[in-house]
Amino acid sequence: MSPDFLYAVEVILNGLMAGVMYSLVALGFVLIFKASGIFNYAQGVMALFAALTLVGFQTGQVPFSHLINAMFGTDYHNWSNGMNNFMAIVLTMLVMIAFAWLVERIVLKHLVNQEPIILFMATIGLAFFMEGFGDLMWGANIKVLDVGIPSGGSFWLEDVTRGWAAEGSEYYGMYIDVLDVWAAVIAVVLVVALTLFSQFTKTGRALRAVADDHQAALTVGISLRAIWVIVWSIAGFVALVAGIMWGSKSGVQFSLSLIALKALPVLILGGFTSIPGAIIGGLVIGVGEKLFEYSIGPMIGGATENWFAYVLALLFLMFRPQGLFGDKIIERV
Amino acid sequence: MMMQRQFGEAMLEVKNISLSFGGVKALTDISFDILEGEIRAIIGPNGAGKSSVLNVISGFYHPQEGEVWFRGKKRMGLKPHEVAKQGIARTFQNIALFKGMSTLDNLMTGRITHMKTNLFWQMLWKGPAEREEIEHREKVERIIDFLEIQSIRKTPVGRLPYGLQKRVELGRALAADSKLLLLDEPMAGMNLEEKEDMSRFILDVNDEFGTTIALIEHDMGVVMDLSDRVVVLDYGRKLADGTPDAVRSDQSVIDAYLGVSHD
Repeated sequence: MSPDFLYAVEVILNGLMAGVMYSLVALGFVLIFKASGIFNYAQGVMALFAALTLVGFQTGQVPFSHLINAMFGTDYHNWSNGMNNFMAIVLTMLVMIAFAWLVERIVLKHLVNQEPIILFMATIGLAFFMEGFGDLMWGANIKVLDVGIPSGGSFWLEDVTRGWAAEGSEYYGMYIDVLDVWAAVIAVVLVVALTLFSQFTKTGRALRAVADDHQAALTVGISLRAIWVIVWSIAGFVALVAGIMWGSKSGVQFSLSLIALKALPVLILGGFTSIPGAIIGGLVIGVGEKLFEYSIGPMIGGATENWFAYVLALLFLMFRPQGLFGDKIIERV
Repeated sequence: MMMQRQFGEAMLEVKNISLSFGGVKALTDISFDILEGEIRAIIGPNGAGKSSVLNVISGFYHPQEGEVWFRGKKRMGLKPHEVAKQGIARTFQNIALFKGMSTLDNLMTGRITHMKTNLFWQMLWKGPAEREEIEHREKVERIIDFLEIQSIRKTPVGRLPYGLQKRVELGRALAADSKLLLLDEPMAGMNLEEKEDMSRFILDVNDEFGTTIALIEHDMGVVMDLSDRVVVLDYGRKLADGTPDAVRSDQSVIDAYLGVSHD
């Protein structure tokens, strides 16, 4: 095989892996949008917040330490040497559930039956609040997150693929980050689990019912508020998974909240109401931007990954606004 | 004519209900009761407040004055899903089904108030959750048989014709196994044959399951045939209350329906 061909395959594989990471964030958006019609701008920040909290628990950081030290002249930083990964993840999940409950209590409860745009604005407010709150609680420095997921290139793959190249050509094997492979596996497990849950359990059926028709859901005895807490908790769980994967990859830093923006073109491609759509959309964007950068990028000066996804989304908006898998938009006039 | 039917005590009592939206009075001082086992009709011209009464009973509206008593207990400020848990099911004038879900799933949501397993077992999908699912599935299948909708079990209800959607909505209300069934215009927009089918189902439900039924209907023929007692509303006030025969010969009812000049 020619080195060029192998390199193209490598680019595509890396694109798929990057796409999985986008899908993880997009998934959280879809869950909340389906169940409550809210486009949750805060989803990316939720991932950041979950990752910050996880690191905080892991390392035994004192929450609000900067604030406390500034106010009382003390010097607290850590209350212990931290705890094991499992405990930290469970505790973080509890924090995300508490967060979901608070959002319902403080924000959503007062905005029932409001226009979607008003709810959207509320989530923008929520995003800014959480970003500031996370900063205050855990500090603004970049943190290392390690929950024991292996990372780095796979030597096995490099060795194997080097042998595929033609004799004497300059090809040194495929580089794929093992962390990305793990992310893909976890994303698949997550999607399968969520799909089974929503199809075959009582609560899943209630979730679908609420997504379909609020009034009818009330009539059969489903409490909308309970469902919203569950949906936001699940979105919080997805945010935690996304936060762990992104955090392990590039460190827990505040620019993580910006990855939410990459989820937007993913959603426009896949459709706002489709879980498989979020996955396929992420993969298409991931592969698309890597291939574009590899093939067209050098001709126009590179750095196309920053804008390619948005241009693709714009094209979709023109020709297929409901996305690949979204519910068809039918306007009656 | 039907033979004289015997009914139990008052299942639901509405006492001196007044409801207004801003300055608009929707209901003024409405009182009536629904006896256990009867079919009670609520009729009246358009805008008389029939649907408002139903919405008060099912917890969508909360009246400014008056009380609702259900099975001997006063009930205040319940939300719709809490009303459903108490055992009152309803259908809507313009159908509120889960359009993207299959007939079977729609009926299964009707049983949600009876399903008790917690999230933990549901996630494992073994043990209690599985047993419960099967048990409720059996009940739902019986209702599907009863309503003769076997052939559309797996069809998303959004694709069904209007008459069948109405039937599925009735099925979902039945699945709740409720004590009181509220039907808001169950036959609106149906052709004669569909109306006959629906009438038969309503009578059978009342007869076989002993469900108490309150219904709003415009078709006077249907109302007179089906119901044991009739409440007549006009401009948010109660005009008459009694057996179909008594109501039919009531002068104020005739005036309200035919129109009379006030001079």
